[in-house]
Order: sequence, then C-alpha cells, then structure tokens
Amino acid sequence: MSSPIVKLVAQRVALGILLLLAVSVLIFAGTQILPGDVAQAILGQSATPESLANLREQLGLNQPAYIRYFQWLGGVLTGDLGTAMSSGQDIATSIKGRLWNTLFLAFWAAIVAVPLAIILGLIAVRYRNGWVDKLISGLALASTSFPEFFIGYVLVYFFAVKWQIFPGISTVYDGMPFGERMQAIALPATALTLVVLAHMMRMTRAAILNVMQSAYVETAELKGLSAFNVIRKHAFPNAIAPIINVVMLNLAYLIVGVVVVEVIFVYPGMGQYLVDHVTKRDVPVVQAVGLIFAAVYISLNIIADIAAIIANPRLRHPK
Amino acid sequence: MADNKAKSGLLLDIRNLRIEATVFPPGEAPKNIVLVHDVSLTLEKGKVLGLIGESGAGKSTIGLSSMGYGRGGVRITGGEVILNGRDILKGGKEGFRKLRGREVCYVAQSAAAAFNPAHKLMDQVVEATLLHGTATRAEAEKRAVALFKKLSLPNPESIGERFPHQVSGGQLQRVMTAMALCSEPDLIVFDEPTTALDVTTQIDVLAAIKDAIRDTHVAALYITHDLAVVAQVSDEIMVLRHGRLVEWGGTRQIIKEPRQEYTNALVSVHEIEHQEQNPGTTPFLSVKNVTAAYGRSHIKVLKNVSVDIYPGQTLAVVGESGSGKSTLARAITGLLPPEEGTVTFDGRPLANKLADRPKEDLRQLQMIYQMADVAMNPRQAVGTIIGRPLEFYFGIRGRERDRRVADLLDKIEMGKGFIDRYPAELSGGQKQRVCIARSLAAKPKLIICDEVTSALDPLVAHGILKLLLDLQKEESVAYLFITHDLATVKSIADSIAVMYRGEVVRYGAKSTVLTPPFDAYTDLLLSSVPEMEIGWLEKAIKGRRMASAGN
Repeated sequence: MSSPIVKLVAQRVALGILLLLAVSVLIFAGTQILPGDVAQAILGQSATPESLANLREQLGLNQPAYIRYFQWLGGVLTGDLGTAMSSGQDIATSIKGRLWNTLFLAFWAAIVAVPLAIILGLIAVRYRNGWVDKLISGLALASTSFPEFFIGYVLVYFFAVKWQIFPGISTVYDGMPFGERMQAIALPATALTLVVLAHMMRMTRAAILNVMQSAYVETAELKGLSAFNVIRKHAFPNAIAPIINVVMLNLAYLIVGVVVVEVIFVYPGMGQYLVDHVTKRDVPVVQAVGLIFAAVYISLNIIADIAAIIANPRLRHPK
Repeated sequence: MADNKAKSGLLLDIRNLRIEATVFPPGEAPKNIVLVHDVSLTLEKGKVLGLIGESGAGKSTIGLSSMGYGRGGVRITGGEVILNGRDILKGGKEGFRKLRGREVCYVAQSAAAAFNPAHKLMDQVVEATLLHGTATRAEAEKRAVALFKKLSLPNPESIGERFPHQVSGGQLQRVMTAMALCSEPDLIVFDEPTTALDVTTQIDVLAAIKDAIRDTHVAALYITHDLAVVAQVSDEIMVLRHGRLVEWGGTRQIIKEPRQEYTNALVSVHEIEHQEQNPGTTPFLSVKNVTAAYGRSHIKVLKNVSVDIYPGQTLAVVGESGSGKSTLARAITGLLPPEEGTVTFDGRPLANKLADRPKEDLRQLQMIYQMADVAMNPRQAVGTIIGRPLEFYFGIRGRERDRRVADLLDKIEMGKGFIDRYPAELSGGQKQRVCIARSLAAKPKLIICDEVTSALDPLVAHGILKLLLDLQKEESVAYLFITHDLATVKSIADSIAVMYRGEVVRYGAKSTVLTPPFDAYTDLLLSSVPEMEIGWLEKAIKGRRMASAGN
C-alpha cells in the first residue's frame, strides 16, 4: 500500500482513539455530576455518617476526581471494568457473555439486511420511477416508520402466538445447539432487519442515481452493456463510499440500538443488561456499557472512513 | 450493375430523421420541441463525414442516432437509420445493445469524464470486445496494445494497467479512440474529440486519429464546431443549423466554395481589425516579480512574473491549461495572495489579501468569467444582477438605479425588456453580455476577462469581442484578457504575455510578440492553431520544433 493511504488511515485511527478518550471523560464526568455516590448507594438511607466515611475511605472515594478517573481508565485498559454494586459480581465477566450474544444477533441481522438492502437498491435504480421502484421504496419506508417495538409485537403475535413457528421469548444459554439458537433469534433478527433496511436501501439508490448522470455511464451504455450490468459494473463501484458509510452507521445501530428489541424478546444481550442496571442505579455497570457502546460506534465509523479511502482509486493508485 | 456496386459500399443511410424531446420550461406546461427536422445523410464504408454546426444544431443528436441512442429523454420519432442494410430503429432495445460497441463505437468529447475512474484502462478498452464475444481476452488485449502503439501512446505495453486519473487528457483521448477501434467496428462516432484539449495537444490527437482511421479503414462521423479541425480529417462535410441541413458537400467545396450564406459566415475568417495602441509612459497596474503557490505546496504556479497594464489598453495572457494564466488573475485580485512580489496600482502597492483591500480598490478591479451561467445567481433577475454593483459601490438605489441599469443594458446592445428576465431565459451570448454590464457598472479601471469567449460559438464570440472593443473606446477601461485562443488575441490585444509552466516566456507589444524569430514555445503555440486548409495538419506536424507538454 502506498504512503498517502497509510497516512490517512493512521490519522483516522489516531483521531478515533482521541475521540474515545474524550468520550470516557464525558462518561466519567456524567456519573460524577449525579447526586450521591457509590457509598451512599451501597449503604442506603439508614447509613450513619461514620459508616459512610469508612466506606468512602475503603473505596478510595475521598481522592480527587481525576485520580479516580485514571484509576478507572487504567482498570478498563487492563480489562477490569469494576464490580457491579447490585450483585457484587465482576462486570467484565458478566458482560462477556452478554456482548457475545448481542454481537451474534447483530451479525445475523446484518448478514440478511446489508445484502438485501443493496440488492433492493440496485433493483430500484434499474426500474427507477417505475412501479417496482415505488413498491420497494414504499415498503422499506413503511417498515422503518413503524417503531421497532410495534414491529416486534406484530411479529410475536403472528409467528409466536398464532402460527407458533418461532418462540416469542428468545432465551439463549451457554452450550445451546446452533440450530436452536438460530431459531431463538429469528424474530428479533427479523425485527432489526426491518428497522435498518430502508435507510441503507435508499442511500444505495440515491448514491447510484447520483453516479448515473456521469459520462462514463453513457460510455458503458454505448458499449452495449445491459441496463443492470451498467449499474453493477460502472455505477456501483463509484457509489460505494457513501453506501459503506450508511451501512456502518446501521451496523453500529444493530449493536448499540438493540436495547428495545432485546427487552421485547427478553434476549440476554447488552441492551437488556444496561436497562436492568439503569433501573438499579448501578453506576459502574452503566459506565462500562456506555464505554463499550461508544467504542463500537467509533470503531465502526473509523472502518467506514477507511473503507471509503481505500475505495477511492485516486488515493489507492497515486499518480 | 454500377448502381449495385455503389449500394454495396454504403454503410449508413439515414433517411428523413426526425428527433424530438420534451422540455420543461419553468412555470409552463411541458412541451414538445423538434431537435432534428427530416435530415438525411449517407456514408460509405471507410469514409469520414464531418458534421458541423453551432451548439443546438443537432450534430451530436444525429451522430448518436446511428447507435439508436437518445441523450436525456431525446426520442427518434421519424425516419429510418439503415446500417449495414437494415433499419436499426426496428430492432428494439435488444438490437441496439447488439450493435453498440460492435458495429458502431463512440468517442466522447471529454475522455477524462467518459472513462470510469474505478477501473483500469485495459479492462475498459477490451470490455465491449469481450461483451460481444468477438475475441478472447488475450486476443483483445493484444489488439489493444497494438492500437496503443498505433496511436503513439507512451509505454503501450503497460499503459493499460493504469487508472484514468494517472493519464493526461490528451493521452486519455487517444486511449478512448483505441477503445472504439478495439472491437473493430464499421463506424465510429467522434463527438468533439479534441475540443476539450489544449491547442498544442489537439494537433497530436488529431494526427493520431487521422492515421488510425486511414489504417483501419473504419468509417467515421466526425462531430465538431471547428471547421478548421474537421477540414483536416473528413472527406465530406455537412453543415447543420437549428436541426436542419444547410449544406452538404466535399471538404474542398465547403471550405473553398461554400454555396450557402451561413456556411460562408462560418468559413470566413473573422479577424477584427484592431490597431495596436502604443503603451503610454506609465502603467496604472504593475505586477512585479510575483511568485505564488496553492496551499503549502512547493510547486510554484507562478514564477517571478512581471507584467504592466496601461490605461485603456488590453494585455492578453496566452498559454495552455496549467500555465498559470488564471492564477495570475487570482494574484492580482487578491484571491491568492502572492508569496513574493508586489502588485502596484496607481503608484501604490495593493494589499496582498482580498480581505485587506478597501472597497475602492475592489471596485477598480472587476472580473468576467468563462462560464457566464454559473457566475450569476439563477434566482436574481437581470436588473438585480446589474444593479448590485451600483448599490454596493455607489449607494445608488430606486429610480436612479433603474435608469443606470437601462443605460448599461443599452451599452451591451440588449433592450430594457431584459430587466425582468432571469439568467435561465437568456442565451449563452446574452448571459456573457449581462456579466460584462455588471462589471462595467462598477466603473472599474481594469476588467479581467478569464476565457470569456471560450464557451461560446464562434459567431457569438465574435460579437462579444467586438462589444468589448467598443466599450473600451467609450469607457477607456483596460482589459487583462486571459485566453488559450490565439485568433482572439490577434484581434483584441495591444500587448501580449505568453505563459508556459508558470513563467512569462515572451512579453511585449502585439506586433513584436507575433513577429519572428520566435522562441520554441511560442512557435509551437502559433503553429498548432488549426488553419482552414486541406493538408495543414501534415505540414504543421512536420514543421514542429518541440513536443507539446500534454504528452
């Protein structure tokens, strides 16, 4: 790989790390602003001032905020996310399984949604302004316009209650056979697919239509290529950068934004875990999950940036 | 028998072609307009027919009809297009696809835009051949390399591995010609293939195209607005205007003995008699040793440039693209502050940066651009556009402003009726006139004209040049006239600066600059301007002393 690409990619990665550090400061500061502290939360209302002081001493809460921040950050970097107050369990251990579950669900939703959205986008361009285009756009918009909890419950009503094809509650456990696991996530994965489909499909359509005005598309038509091949071979490669961007944003949403869907289907993922601990005011867990979500979001966007850089032949093959 | 023979040599026979399009004028109902009115033409195998006319004459539309293609909703509504003995209009979409890229190929005006930036050149060159299955990949690539050699491209073996942005414009145009020839078609449609190139590059591309046509015996429709160019390559010439046939004949007859008045107007050389003025004693604007670069780049776009402009006179700056002509204008106006050197105006130095200049200095230097339509706000009426400098510099408003606007419209030979028109309702020449009026409204000492006639048809450009000269006499305004067109320079300049790669290589009064002995670059520039004479191309190529930079 040539030097301008290496430089641009290094810039993006450095920026991403900087951004993540800034986010960690914000997360930490945010939890400090909240009234009360961990000691109060543990001891509850009946705490005496002496016991509070003792516990604060014990937990190191008397130290200045920036020292506690660096202690927390140091812990995060070495894989120690702290201890959950509500259960006393190690956060890193409990998150590991949850994160894996969330990624599993997001992965299968993405495997269906991304190719489907791009293919539908290509078809919409091929039959642009005709009834096929309007039907695809209409359906995609409709599926996005419904809130995900509505789609979720509709799916449960038909597929779980009425026809009893898939389970309505997506329980998964360690060592569950792959087939059963897939059956369990069928409904939440469908709901997620329907939510993210339209955004990606419409971006694909718009990006390609933008390129269809170019002189090189006319050249391709005048070579005798069929309409679909003109789009696939000549328009699509030049529209790839904006498409990757919107795909990555939606992948991030699949991981970070699944909270509602996970709660509906009682799926043991990160979202469910976050909601549980927000209601218990378990600050260390909320901090840890927030940081992980931010990391996922930032890294996927960096990947999108890098992919767009690599997709540009002018940067890949300098003069 | 003889009749039969003639027929078998016939490749393309277009009969009573009628082409229409639907236009959507703002605020009106969509309406049908006829672009081509019952035009007929025939072309024999291996012959070249030049289609010539101004913009809107229907040249490209007719050319593309031979491939059954209509740009942007254009429809062929009548007539027959008989190619190799069959009417292709009856073949339907499938039929068009089979002949495009196989029997008929296309070379576009701007190869830089017509190549897909995402694919290697070789993949694009052999694409049509492979699609139609006329050769295997290895054969097609071998053929392509041979064509690259024939078109005298550098590194013919490896140029196919490059991407379009890695190759210069003149080379791309030749690669595109190779792409058209690769599938061994019967007919190639050349659509202004050299118009976007520098004059010094154009001559090489033109020679390469001519040789390739001769050696491969392919027939061609050569579309251009430049008679001198088409005279070099075609056997016959067809003159078109407003979608109708004006005159059709052999090349010699058209350029030597035109039978129609319109053809005569196109053919006759439009030299404006302009008596060179002697430079006064003191220039009002001096550029001294200016060096400039974009950004923090080490590449200097202007190197130690010095020129003087005298009151009421015209300095023409000539050179090819990338020579720094427009950058000089940017340095003078303060858009690009020079790194070294100064610009003095009326004996005092001008601030380097635009932001540091007082309003009065801004008023004295006005600009007119090549693209008149993008230099005007499409949502403002002509009155507002011309009236703006009056309000901004002089605070003139209301009835007085309207009176001045009417005066200015009168000066540019457009009536008061145009005050309420919008730019979209004007022709190209009218738009440029409005831009001239806008710059005059500020009553400047200097107007910088950046390629102001390059985008216009020759006859319209002629009118604009005359107007500029008349206005100079009336208002005694000076021009800095940037152009790549030497014919324009001859008719308007008092002094000339020839620029090459950021340097002024020749500078002086017009008569001195245009009198031999020449330096190598000026010689190349002068000898590259096409002349309306059969055989000029061969003579010019033979007599050259240096190779052009675009190759």
